Amino acid sequence: MPVPEHMEFFVDQSRCIGCQACVQACSECDTHRGHSMIQLDYVDRAASPQTVPVVCLHCDSPTCAEVCPADAIKRTADGVVQTARKPRCIACNNCVLACPFGVPKMNTGMNLMMKCDMCYDRTSVGKKPMCASVCPSQALFYGSREEIERTRPRSRPMNTFQFGRQTITTKVNVMIPREAQVQHLDVVAALGAPAAREAPDPMLSMLDVEVRA
Amino acid sequence: MAELPTETPAIIGTFGPHRSAATGMRLDAGIVPDRAVKTHCCFCGQQCGVQLLVKDEQVVGIEPWMEFPFNQGKLCPKGVKRYLQGAHPDRLLHAYERDPSSPDGFRVLEYEAAIRRVAEAIEKIQAEHGRDAFAVLTGASLSTEKTYLMGKFARMCLRTANLDYNGRLCMVSAAAGNKKAFGIDRAANPWSDILTADVVWISGANVAECAPITTDYVWQAREHGAKVIVVDPRITPIARTCDLFLPVKPGRDIALFNGILHLMIEHGWIDHAFVAQHTTGFDDLAAHVAEWTPRRTAEVTGIAERGIRQAAEWWGTAKTSFLMHARGIEHSSHGVQNVLGAINMVLASGRIGRPGCGYSTITGQGNGQGGREHGQKCDQLPGARDISNPEHRAFVAKVWDMPVADMPGPGVDCYEIFRKIDRGEVKGLLTISFNPLVSLPDSGFIRRMLEKVDFYVAIDFFLNETARHADVVLPGSLHEEDDGVVTTTEGRVIRIRKAIACPGEAREDWRIIQDIARALDRPRGFEFAGPREIFEELRAASKGGIADYSGITWEKIDLNMGVFWPCPDESHPGTPRLFEPGSWNPIAKGAGPFYFPDGKARFVVAKYAPPVEDVDADYPLMLTTGRVVSHFLSGTQTRRIAPLIDHCPEPRIELHPELAARLGIADGDWATAETRRGDCTLQAQVVRTIRPDTIFIPYHWPGRKSANQLTISAQDPISKIPEYKACAARLRKATGPPAYEGVLEPQQ
Repeated sequence: MPVPEHMEFFVDQSRCIGCQACVQACSECDTHRGHSMIQLDYVDRAASPQTVPVVCLHCDSPTCAEVCPADAIKRTADGVVQTARKPRCIACNNCVLACPFGVPKMNTGMNLMMKCDMCYDRTSVGKKPMCASVCPSQALFYGSREEIERTRPRSRPMNTFQFGRQTITTKVNVMIPREAQVQHLDVVAALGAPAAREAPDPMLSMLDVEVRA
Repeated sequence: MAELPTETPAIIGTFGPHRSAATGMRLDAGIVPDRAVKTHCCFCGQQCGVQLLVKDEQVVGIEPWMEFPFNQGKLCPKGVKRYLQGAHPDRLLHAYERDPSSPDGFRVLEYEAAIRRVAEAIEKIQAEHGRDAFAVLTGASLSTEKTYLMGKFARMCLRTANLDYNGRLCMVSAAAGNKKAFGIDRAANPWSDILTADVVWISGANVAECAPITTDYVWQAREHGAKVIVVDPRITPIARTCDLFLPVKPGRDIALFNGILHLMIEHGWIDHAFVAQHTTGFDDLAAHVAEWTPRRTAEVTGIAERGIRQAAEWWGTAKTSFLMHARGIEHSSHGVQNVLGAINMVLASGRIGRPGCGYSTITGQGNGQGGREHGQKCDQLPGARDISNPEHRAFVAKVWDMPVADMPGPGVDCYEIFRKIDRGEVKGLLTISFNPLVSLPDSGFIRRMLEKVDFYVAIDFFLNETARHADVVLPGSLHEEDDGVVTTTEGRVIRIRKAIACPGEAREDWRIIQDIARALDRPRGFEFAGPREIFEELRAASKGGIADYSGITWEKIDLNMGVFWPCPDESHPGTPRLFEPGSWNPIAKGAGPFYFPDGKARFVVAKYAPPVEDVDADYPLMLTTGRVVSHFLSGTQTRRIAPLIDHCPEPRIELHPELAARLGIADGDWATAETRRGDCTLQAQVVRTIRPDTIFIPYHWPGRKSANQLTISAQDPISKIPEYKACAARLRKATGPPAYEGVLEPQQ
């Protein structure tokens, strides 16, 4: 049974609280028990508790599959990009290096590239993926477009990304502030530009007086 | 004599904490579980619904329970990995007794022999030193049936006044404040009222880490335009995206609440009709807060004046609101005053007892609410009755079929019980679901008292750090090994369902207690066939009390996914939202919404005082303590679950880069924090998310890693909660790593 078409995956990184419930739940999935396919890291813990969950965005034309010399990475008819086929994967790491989002990871013990398959065993029988089921802040959300529009009026989904001259569209949506303009950063042009001024310290700015212990 | 029987590493070698990761069936995706048991997480007061997957009488995994209304499948990492506490190599499968000649300090004791030894020790101590010389310390992670039985056991079987519980470290300030202001101690609202609030005010609650599921409630409100105000000395994950962050100096919360009230009065942001009709004491309060000008408030709290003014405007002009607080304001030598200050803000706004208008503390322990209602607290009897009230005593004595004169009077709080050991007044101790050596402040004192007490018996499923001092250890039950009810942070009574049987010689805790009563030859009143029978007696014992469970049955809970108390008869649907017109109230009897004879809420003047130990030239920093998302309380369970250990292996000292620069400490350096109680060397975590005059240490670890080596045992005069959140400290770069480095694993 395919994944129902009206059910979509949405990632709202601004909601992430860094609790790692998704990371822990991912390793409970039946297709890869004991292995989590999600990475969750601080952006810059010294400056902020902001964390970002990295889940597969399931590209329409997956770079990981395009660069695979063994044709081991398959995309299902309903758009789910799967873990490398074990008999084919030669553990060359091409996919790991090529993915613009940094998703696939090489399991060196198993000589196999492993990645999120959107809990195919669950979503194909009408359940939510494990990570989106448990996520306490619903930074990871699985549901209909109507539902996300109704419940998240402050933001909107986006699924087109620009990397240099490569345009990528994805099955998974990333939530951005509703009014935000999407800016494509020209990395080459930015090289050599002066570094951005350090953001003000949010703690010090809200103190009554300068604190001196 | 309860000194450690041998060296700590030798005890750890046998009893842990060791890491447990998924192996065997738990990694086998091919297995089909025999059953999925709908129950709840064993950890915090939110009590998320979860299904435990059982195969061959072992819990092998979890499946989200999407239909349970509170969390709808959501779980934090502790809830996801909780199942790894079962079939754990450290699980106590036998009774033990202390044996210094054994390499690990203990030897296995046949269960009945252990029960006899405990009974003989209790009899000897009580015969020689009086009934009160034996003390009982219990916990709020127990099911409500067990907490009821523990209270009855102490009062009717042992007839000791010295009973108290670890909710003393958790809920008592909120409980006392709520009783003074509202006449009832329970969340005023279900969490669904957060969703339609215009302003969500969060004081001293690290919501995202300590009550993670509440995060989604807050952000759903925010999606629809709510302003979120967070008051905390640290930018916690929930504070990162709030609309207004107020970095309060530890221990100064009352000043902020009074300052907000000052501005509400000045600008006319008071619901005068509500105040006149439903409250008393406003004029005295108004006179008191007159001196709390924005300037003075800013000076005392350390918060920029513009932030205080903005918060007052948003709070003052809101149409709907929800105020939440937790241990940040309650763990204080003036914790009750802090709670009253928060409640005053709510009452002055008139926004309570209506949809979208709410107030609550966020309960800490799994049964933090139910565990404080039915008589394991030193001054309380079932149904939230008062052990000093002659009518209440007579009612409960009748249910228990005991002479009222035989029922002891009020005892003392759990910390005072340790002081009684020091004074030679308490000679024997029983603990269950409590790890005071890790969780109580000034832990050096607690260790010395454990070494001093004549006889100590611990009931637990793992040998926790305190139980290492025990003369006898009895193997109790895990959460998934027994049936019962607990009451969530919302006041919702829910069902804990048994998934598997106790392994080995381990027993359900209520059996162990009844076995001790039998061995004491005092079995009457302790012959329950199971938790359902205990619950039936609890219903009768709570009838007519404020915490009235008499209309709640296990079947009704199952049918309705929980029942909110008070629920005075079987046809009553329960009371999700308190203080609504016409809702059941046995005290006011229609006179008004609040639980006083006149139906009116009380404004109580909340007086500011600094922490008992403020900073000075020798100790110039404020130390505050708290939790991380991957561990729970004293870590008895979570420091045994490998994925949770890996998420946060060891505590670190958080400090601001300005302070770090002055002290010459870099991120990752070993640093020594010192107070008048002791010192603690940990790695530094240099972050801009904490006030520069404050350091933070999470408290889940034992021994030389324990933050409670440093904390002060000052207590609130009313609630007796310890002041974990503020004491004076100093910090320096350490000369080297601590002695345990390379000897103990991170979780040990």
